[in-house]
Amino acid sequence: MITRCIIRKNEYYDSVFLMRVAKRISGQKGILEAAALMGTEKNKELLSDIGMAGVETSSVRPNDLIIAIMAEDEEALSAVLGNIDHWLNESLGQAGTIPYRTLEEALTHLPHSNLAVISVPGQYASREARKALEHGLNVFLFSDNVPVESEFSLKEFACEKGLIVMGPDCGTAIINGIGIGFANVVRRGPIGVIGSSGTGLQEFTTLVHRFGSGISHAIGTGSRDLSDQVGGITFLSSLEVLDSDRETRVIALLSKPPGPLALQNLIHRIMQCRKPVVTCFLGPKQDPDDANLRYRTARTLDDAASLAVQIATNNPSPHLEDRSFKFQELINRERINKSPEQKYIRGIFAGGTFCYQAQQIFQDAGILVHSNLPLEGNSKLQNPLLSVEHTLIDMGSDEFTSGRPHPMIDSGLRYERILAEAKDPQVSILLLDFILGFNASPDPAGELLPAIAEARGQARKQGGSLSVIASVCGTENDSQNIQQQVKMLEETGVIVFSSSAQAAQFCALLMASSKEKCRV
Amino acid sequence: MSDKLKDLLQNGPVAINIGIFDFAETLKSQGAEVVHLNWNPPAGGDPELIELLDQLL
Repeated sequence: MITRCIIRKNEYYDSVFLMRVAKRISGQKGILEAAALMGTEKNKELLSDIGMAGVETSSVRPNDLIIAIMAEDEEALSAVLGNIDHWLNESLGQAGTIPYRTLEEALTHLPHSNLAVISVPGQYASREARKALEHGLNVFLFSDNVPVESEFSLKEFACEKGLIVMGPDCGTAIINGIGIGFANVVRRGPIGVIGSSGTGLQEFTTLVHRFGSGISHAIGTGSRDLSDQVGGITFLSSLEVLDSDRETRVIALLSKPPGPLALQNLIHRIMQCRKPVVTCFLGPKQDPDDANLRYRTARTLDDAASLAVQIATNNPSPHLEDRSFKFQELINRERINKSPEQKYIRGIFAGGTFCYQAQQIFQDAGILVHSNLPLEGNSKLQNPLLSVEHTLIDMGSDEFTSGRPHPMIDSGLRYERILAEAKDPQVSILLLDFILGFNASPDPAGELLPAIAEARGQARKQGGSLSVIASVCGTENDSQNIQQQVKMLEETGVIVFSSSAQAAQFCALLMASSKEKCRV
Repeated sequence: MSDKLKDLLQNGPVAINIGIFDFAETLKSQGAEVVHLNWNPPAGGDPELIELLDQLL
């Protein structure tokens, strides 16, 4: 075995591009491990994870490129080294012919710009966002790790200028039919939505599309906007925007539970809205719909989308394909061949909101779980790498994605986790999500099929049977081909539902039926 | 509400992309006007130098 670390001074590449380069290197014959990273302090620490702890990086700076390779022998290493220039140069070809170096230069070329899409590392993001606001641009801020004080200050500044900051940590928006970041291709229509989470917005907008209606705008706010520290500044300004938008007839608001002060301000503003409002604050149970309220509350993203479409179209509440008649049949099938010790569920999620919503659904069904992102009433997982009893994991959280690609882009981490879960003979159900759309993996189902098949085989070897339940978030217009994704999963024995909530609800029923079986 | 915000909602994004190149491609593939900025960490990524730079400018 041979290791090599290459440092290239003053060569900056974005993290998604470098992930592709690393994947390409790893896929070459005789390569055991590879990383391509910019020289930030955090990334330098990550080198030890791939056995490169001894590499001298004290003089490496954040705009220097590090490529670390572990190969079987010198021949394999040499073959890769000969190709690196070519692979890196592909980014130059992609980046267009005019290399704008400053915002001012770019604005000279596009003076009528109205938005800055910012996805630089967190420590530089506030600076770039402020510059964009100073130049009169609205901001879509994908970067995370931005201090909450900076978020508040940026949003206050934006408000003063009549602009909007979507983010930080904003994954998704659809403005006037154009998807930004991780968005799906959905029909345009009368429903405007504001959401604090990217996957929440993706699920809602795709469900509205499947229900036959469409989206005017989907505005992401970033995950902390409705905290009391930020005060819901982007939610409030977006609400004003949608309330006066001619295309929008119904407004939906999606979030985890807001801070009490932020909620008070938000409700005050909702009461002044001229348009009907639907809210979905995932988390502990809220009060039921109050007929006196000027807005309607929904418990799940499915309910929120259904309610919004019902109000917008004046038609009865639409529903996804009703599989309830099949539930008993499916449950009976899945109970066959279970071993007596199989009693736990493991949810391995790419979407944080899906992990959170599934916990809510399980809690409503009396099932408490462990999670790295626990809902109030559930337990915090001591070690996120190790599941305990019922466990639901958000694989997109910082502890998994620091220096590594998000599971929506690359399924490597989920692949390993699925295999690890299958080795536990007490695991009965695996719950998964697959997210399609712009910038997501081109084949999320295909990437995990071998792991799913191996996991099911492992369960059989252990004398049991593993149920794999999944949902696919997307539309027929997304490039990944949703029908093909569903077909591939079903052919591997996965039970696929049209929404993450439905998949979780089915798991809860399956768990309940197992208990009944035990009592018998 | 500023004219730029009204313009964003009524006419869609006309964007400067700073960071992940794929985000520019996504916008372009949907017919949006976009310019990608060839961004580098300022001052070699040194936080103290960045602060000094900001004070000078």
